[in-house]
Amino acid sequence: MSAAIDSLPASAAPSRETRAAWALALPALMLFTGVVVIPLAMTVMLSFHDWGQYKGIEPVFILKNWREIASDPYYAEMFSRTFRVAALATLITAVLGVPEAYILNRMNSPWKGFFLLVILGPLLISVVARTLGWALLFGGNNGLANKLMMSLGLIASPIRFMFTETGMVVALAHAMMPFMVLAVWTALQRIDPQIENAATSLGASPFTVVRRIILPQIMPGVLSGAIIVFSLSASAFATPAIIGGRRLKVASTLAYDEFLNTLNWPLGAAVAVLLLAALVLIVVGSNALIERRYAELFR
Amino acid sequence: MKKNGPLALAFHTLFVVVMLAPIVVVCLVAFTPEGFLSIPTTSFSLRWFKAIANYPEFVRAFGTSLWLGALSSFVTVLVAVPAALALARYRFRGRDALSALFLSPLMIPHVVLGIAFLRFFTLIGFGGTFLALLIAHIIVVFPFALRLTLAAATGMDRATEMAAISLGADGFTLFRRVTLPAILPGIVSGWALAFIQSFDDLTMTVFLATPGTETLPVRMFLYIQDNIDPLVTSVSASVIAITMTVLVLLDRFYGLGRVLTAKGDAGR
Repeated sequence: MSAAIDSLPASAAPSRETRAAWALALPALMLFTGVVVIPLAMTVMLSFHDWGQYKGIEPVFILKNWREIASDPYYAEMFSRTFRVAALATLITAVLGVPEAYILNRMNSPWKGFFLLVILGPLLISVVARTLGWALLFGGNNGLANKLMMSLGLIASPIRFMFTETGMVVALAHAMMPFMVLAVWTALQRIDPQIENAATSLGASPFTVVRRIILPQIMPGVLSGAIIVFSLSASAFATPAIIGGRRLKVASTLAYDEFLNTLNWPLGAAVAVLLLAALVLIVVGSNALIERRYAELFR
Repeated sequence: MKKNGPLALAFHTLFVVVMLAPIVVVCLVAFTPEGFLSIPTTSFSLRWFKAIANYPEFVRAFGTSLWLGALSSFVTVLVAVPAALALARYRFRGRDALSALFLSPLMIPHVVLGIAFLRFFTLIGFGGTFLALLIAHIIVVFPFALRLTLAAATGMDRATEMAAISLGADGFTLFRRVTLPAILPGIVSGWALAFIQSFDDLTMTVFLATPGTETLPVRMFLYIQDNIDPLVTSVSASVIAITMTVLVLLDRFYGLGRVLTAKGDAGR
């Protein structure tokens, strides 16, 4: 595509091209500067403002909200719950999603595409509807999920899912599973099947092939899938709000509460900014680690 | 390539069943003839679908969601097509930064975006209006429309354009007769994905919606927070049916695989 541009006469100066590009992108750029960059900056500023029950928001620069988050153990517990739930959901998607992607990849043509659609399709179905489904399955101590597992002899007594972290982890892992399967699937597409055949012909068992040949090659895909799942889980709203109920708060539901119930916007903004900053650090940091670790694969 | 063993197929079956279970349960419960949450065993009934008509707030929210989805995806496409052409055609300083900025709504948690929009629109006096909701939705669905249009524009054969230029086509004719038809499938599927995203968004919208501008997901969410009854399952089942219809149409038109890949890559 750039070859066509290069073959244009040299008179088409780069500066003219640059101007054309910026002109085309200008409407979007203006929209994003006005309605993304500026509001985000305003939110950061908001987190430094003061707030009182009767005086409302006072546009001063103080560290009150940040100090409250740092000193009150409630926030430490809430943030650690947020990241604990996200980490567990990520672990489950990896443990179940990686083998599923591998099995999918070994299927024959019509089934392969069909099941890929079945697994990825829920991504486009309303997250409220999907979470409602889990609420129905969990529903109290004699919900369907418990009845089924008890009749199969998997568990002796019912597990509490509603309003617990366990339920949140299960529903989140379900909601995020397509992202993991897709990331691993993409990585599997890049593997040369002949390597697997070569290993088998040299006497490697199927288990050895998976452990020594497949896994090392798809590891970057698994890790990038894990980063996506983790960051989306840590900032998820619908699932923790519906399954966790009103008392079991995570960062996003707490920020929602501060904004729409307590009306302490500056404190809510501080929680949200902290969530954003933590996620940016985690995502950028782990991306850098992965790229350094697997530098040879990215070259 | 070797076949999957029986153990692998058993795992696969269980996996697919669990993936579909919540969606299937919602759709089953929606057909219950009872007045409480139950899975119909002997007879199916449409009573809870008929009951939706008695709850004008759901009907109104559905209308708001349809309008919002249609308008925001339309405007998004208008803005995203030139931006995608700029990113696909030209190599210029600041291109990577621009592309990162346009895709940033995928990276930024929607809670943070919702808060930022609420603060911004309240300060400039647009708090609680449909316009605020519309602009916010344009931003949030923009990356999806951009991605699919970008993919179409990058994959396009430029030789046809060169031929049109050499035959004397001016800029507008070139775009209307050559470029636009070539990238149209990408635009349409980008529009459809943007519509679905707007129609389904809860996390960002819940901050901006007021009783007058409630969207369907927001109405459903607030309803579920109070109590769960068969009514909300029949509403959910209707939403699932609508989404499935759009997906089937999309699959006919463009191939669902590519659309899902654009959606599933969120965050990268």
